[in-house]
Amino acid sequence: MQWESLSAFLDMGGYGLYVWGSYAATFILIAAELILLRRGQKQNLQRLKRMRNWEAQ
Amino acid sequence: MSISWFKYAAPMNFYQLAGRLIPWFAWSAAILTGVGLYIAFFVAPTDFQQGEAYRVIFIHVPAAWMSMFIYLIMAFWSAVGLAWNTRLSFMMARALAPTGAVFAFLSLWTGALWGKPMWGAWWVWDARLTSALILFFLYVGLMALWSAIDDRRRGDRAGALLTLVGAINVPIIYFSVKWWNTLHQGSSINLMKAPTMASIMLTGMLVLAIAAWLYTLAVVLVRVRGIILERERQTEWVKELLEH
Repeated sequence: MQWESLSAFLDMGGYGLYVWGSYAATFILIAAELILLRRGQKQNLQRLKRMRNWEAQ
Repeated sequence: MSISWFKYAAPMNFYQLAGRLIPWFAWSAAILTGVGLYIAFFVAPTDFQQGEAYRVIFIHVPAAWMSMFIYLIMAFWSAVGLAWNTRLSFMMARALAPTGAVFAFLSLWTGALWGKPMWGAWWVWDARLTSALILFFLYVGLMALWSAIDDRRRGDRAGALLTLVGAINVPIIYFSVKWWNTLHQGSSINLMKAPTMASIMLTGMLVLAIAAWLYTLAVVLVRVRGIILERERQTEWVKELLEH
């Protein structure tokens, strides 16, 4: 184990802002992409079903 | 053994195939991300020149690679679509762009956060950074173009043309560090001076790069399935599928 403590891990030898700023942005963007994708998928399906029902009438 | 590849050029067959593949890609991406992050933070040692700041590399390089790969794949599908007018090709191109934009942005963002402590600047207008920024603009421009053109076929063709013209930027990005005098370093391998460190850093980077590939495959297949449903909604198989 190369980290002496949690604070040393978070500090990243003084580069915490840069290292964690990179990983946080990556995590946020990927999470956002997954959430938007799931939501878009549901909305798309609902819309297509509505159109289908409307056309079937 | 012969596999009928053309079978999967039909949206219906591709839709089903993609549905079966997505969980495999998604789970292997998640597992490899875990392994890669473990290597990145708990196995890979401190760099003797850059200290801990170098750990940005584990995201920066895979993101930059993906942003270029995805664009090349889009260019490939655009060319196929323009040449043979295959429906699925244009759908693939559209499904790839948002993920490409995400990775292009991440390569710029992590690059800025790495550049500040190492070069003393968030940004410089050198050839590598500028061409990478253009790549991001190409992705955004493509998505804007598609959403601006209501006619699907025209949108597909206009987007495919723009994608192909913009593809010239990818070799420019890749070779920029050779062709011009850039602040950006030549290649990530020269970071690794000591051979014992080199292999584990490289391993972590490659594991996360493969994870990024698998993630891209999973996300793009989900997206293309949505596009297939939308575009094939008049066909019997989609109507049947929507019944349930």
